[in-house]
Amino acid sequence: MKDHNRAKSLYLSRIASEFDRLRDDLKKQRLLNGTRDTAMARFAEIGFPTKRHEKWKHTDIRSLFSCQFETAEAVSLKKEAIDPFLLLGDEENFVVCVNGRFDRKLSRISEEIIACSLAHAAETRADLVDTHLAKHLGFQNSAFVALNTAFATDGIFIYVPDHTIVEKPIHLLHLSDNERATAYPRHLFIMGRNSRIQLIESYHSLRKSPYLNNCASEIILGNNARVEHLKIQSEDEQAFHIAARQVCQSRGSLYSSVAIDLGGSLSRNDLNVLLDAEGIETNLYGFYLARGSQLVDNHTFIDHAKPHCQSAELYKGVLSDHAVGVFSGKVLVRKDAQKTKAFQQNQTLLLSQDAKINSKPHLKIFADDVKCSHGATVGELDEEALFYMRTRGISEENAHAMLRYAFAQDVLAHIGNKTARQRVEEIVMERFKEHVN
Amino acid sequence: MQKDDYEGKFGSKDQQETLKRITKSDYKYGFTSDIETDTIPKGLSEDVVRMISAKKNEPEFMLEWRLRAYRHWLSMIEPTWPHVSYSAIDFQDIIYYAAPKKKAKLDSLDEVDPKLRATFDKLGISIEEQKRISGVAVDAIMDSASVATTFKKDLSKLGIIFCSFSEAIRNHPELIRKYMGTVVPYTDNFYAALNSAVFSDGSFCYIPKGVRCPMELSTYFRINTANTGQFERTLIVAEEGAYVSYLEGCTAPMRDENQLHAAVVEIVSHKDAEVKYSTVQNWYPGDEKGRGGIYNFVTKRGICHKNAKISWTQVETGSAITWKYPSVILKGDRSIGEFYSVAVTNNYQQADTGTKMIHLGENTHSTIISKGVSAGYSQNSYRGLVKVAKNAKNARNFSQCDSLLIGDQCGAHTFPYIEVNNPTAKVEHEATTSKVGEDQIFYCNQRGISTEDAISLIVNGYCKEVFRELPMEFAVEAQNLLAVSLEGSVG
Repeated sequence: MKDHNRAKSLYLSRIASEFDRLRDDLKKQRLLNGTRDTAMARFAEIGFPTKRHEKWKHTDIRSLFSCQFETAEAVSLKKEAIDPFLLLGDEENFVVCVNGRFDRKLSRISEEIIACSLAHAAETRADLVDTHLAKHLGFQNSAFVALNTAFATDGIFIYVPDHTIVEKPIHLLHLSDNERATAYPRHLFIMGRNSRIQLIESYHSLRKSPYLNNCASEIILGNNARVEHLKIQSEDEQAFHIAARQVCQSRGSLYSSVAIDLGGSLSRNDLNVLLDAEGIETNLYGFYLARGSQLVDNHTFIDHAKPHCQSAELYKGVLSDHAVGVFSGKVLVRKDAQKTKAFQQNQTLLLSQDAKINSKPHLKIFADDVKCSHGATVGELDEEALFYMRTRGISEENAHAMLRYAFAQDVLAHIGNKTARQRVEEIVMERFKEHVN
Repeated sequence: MQKDDYEGKFGSKDQQETLKRITKSDYKYGFTSDIETDTIPKGLSEDVVRMISAKKNEPEFMLEWRLRAYRHWLSMIEPTWPHVSYSAIDFQDIIYYAAPKKKAKLDSLDEVDPKLRATFDKLGISIEEQKRISGVAVDAIMDSASVATTFKKDLSKLGIIFCSFSEAIRNHPELIRKYMGTVVPYTDNFYAALNSAVFSDGSFCYIPKGVRCPMELSTYFRINTANTGQFERTLIVAEEGAYVSYLEGCTAPMRDENQLHAAVVEIVSHKDAEVKYSTVQNWYPGDEKGRGGIYNFVTKRGICHKNAKISWTQVETGSAITWKYPSVILKGDRSIGEFYSVAVTNNYQQADTGTKMIHLGENTHSTIISKGVSAGYSQNSYRGLVKVAKNAKNARNFSQCDSLLIGDQCGAHTFPYIEVNNPTAKVEHEATTSKVGEDQIFYCNQRGISTEDAISLIVNGYCKEVFRELPMEFAVEAQNLLAVSLEGSVG
């Protein structure tokens, strides 16, 4: 206990001195200028969350303090380094972020969209960046978002103009090449009216070492925009991945997210969606696989602020060894949001004696003419189904694999891009095999 | 539609009449009877705790326990996590003890204060009537001390002890010492600690090994003296293979000032025993503007040993603020916990209620059925925990929490917590929220049923799953209560 406290205060003072050290450099940037000090002050006020915070009740971040991370430096990589991580080959545009910094040379982007470094956009597209950056994702109640706001120097900026349909998916490839350091990628995606895009966001590491990725992104959808967002978190198993995402939707827009969590010793995703106009559709799907002593924590918040919207949420997970899963899904239906339809479900398979799941799906409803439901189930593979397959001559191993595949399919089937879906299926199946052995 | 079917759905004609009568009435139980009350000054201190203990002629060990609880309470802070809001309670502005002035011990009903008897008559729980018609033994609690206990002799033949808590402290100190605080220790929470320090009275029930209690045991609580918090304490112990069904029902006089009620209920269900605990709670909910009403902060918990069963059934229609989570600790293998609840809130009422099922033993089962109905400006929350410990192999839980909204100013919330540490566990949770369908009301209107009746009909049907669990007498009362509570909720 004392050790933890000492480590924590040491870490806090390190963060403060890092900020002092970098302050002059940071001030030179136009990006987030003026907001950084406020964010840092706010962080000093609230400090790191403990288990006494309802939102961090089951996620103990004390292991983070012993790592004493510094701020990650920029690195330049060779082109070959990124090849193994590309998902779709020629079928995709890709932008590469190394240690949270955009790398123009490694990226390949077609002309119709603007995808560039956020630091660059803060100069060239000041109008857009100033209106939206740090305006939607609040740092008042989140230590990690506050830190990201204070320290972020770069990230990806994507702007899809009105009436633009981006044919090829954009792959946002994040690579970590550092040891014991923190990267602060900061993203801003703005989708114009009637635009359409597929985003694939993935996180990988080039080294086996502990590091922290503290990501924050804001996504703004114009009227009738359609966004399909796939996130694959495949960090190193010693790494920490803490990500916050705020989505703001306008009238008639569709936002569909599939989040796959595979890596990280501790990963935490905060996904908030604001449905602030009528006729919006939001789909959040998630699949998490954890083994060893991994901890996966998904917190989602769907805010139905206006009538005639619908949301669906399905998070599924498979936990083995000592892995711990946390799910907290909140659906808020505000007073005027009549005719809301909201559905929420969390299902977890526990494969070992020591695996643990804490699930908290909750509804807060202030409007009467709504249809809302939520559910949660926890269990192991259905014995009757196993028996059925065994009687038909399917080996136990295969039967297990088939049932798990079917379990995962409920989520993976929602990945819109066919090639991406197949790739993810392969990755998940590969992991299943490792789980068994 | 078959005639039988029709009757079943709408209740007999008599029932319909009752419903109408009650729907038209204001809060029926709003009166104060003028009984001399023995009170102590407002405020809480160690001296007050000593005074309460002295007034009740308690043995030394009780006083020590109270003082320990009081000292612990001082170190605690008031919890703020429930989804309710109210002005802060001044704990020094409460009278912690009020007992009706009583003569020496009473052997027969004739000795009971006639005014008190009249009060019971007004409440419709005349002791004779209870005794004669329903075969229910009633331990009537007028404010804090037990006044009359009926059927005691019949029960004592079977070895069943059913008496007031203070009597039990005097006559069965060994049982009290053995069980009190084992399920809800005084360190448990703020209000449990407060209760442990100042509890005035309550009921004690002991069913010996292998005995099936032949009648439903019932306690009617009643808050009477103005500004008096009620701090009852109930302890039920069912020995191996015993069975008891226990009823608790409440009404309270109309008041403008908020009254605090912090009760503690403990149940110990030994091997193969079964305890069924039913509550109908109809305390004063405050007026249409949300003024007044009872604050009901209750800790209820039971522990199940091997093969044992505890079943909580509650119908909550009253109180300005209800905050209670009847829980079951499933300690023994193959034990069963059940929770059936209907919580109705109207006007400015707030309810944050639910249950905790803690699975510790193997093959333990729990069922949770919760039905929330909110109308007017009320807020109704379900908050529950299902926890499966590491060694609870094959634990099974099914939870269903439905919310019904009437009107567009009210809120319904669900906060289920599920913590599973064992892979063989099967835990299911379902929740839905919807409103009374316009098409359903239209259908009823078409068939000549007024909108008000239609709502009552639909809500009653919606709650049927829970009402079915109630003992007969209570089921009728509960349906009436529902109609009263929802009165005026249809615009």
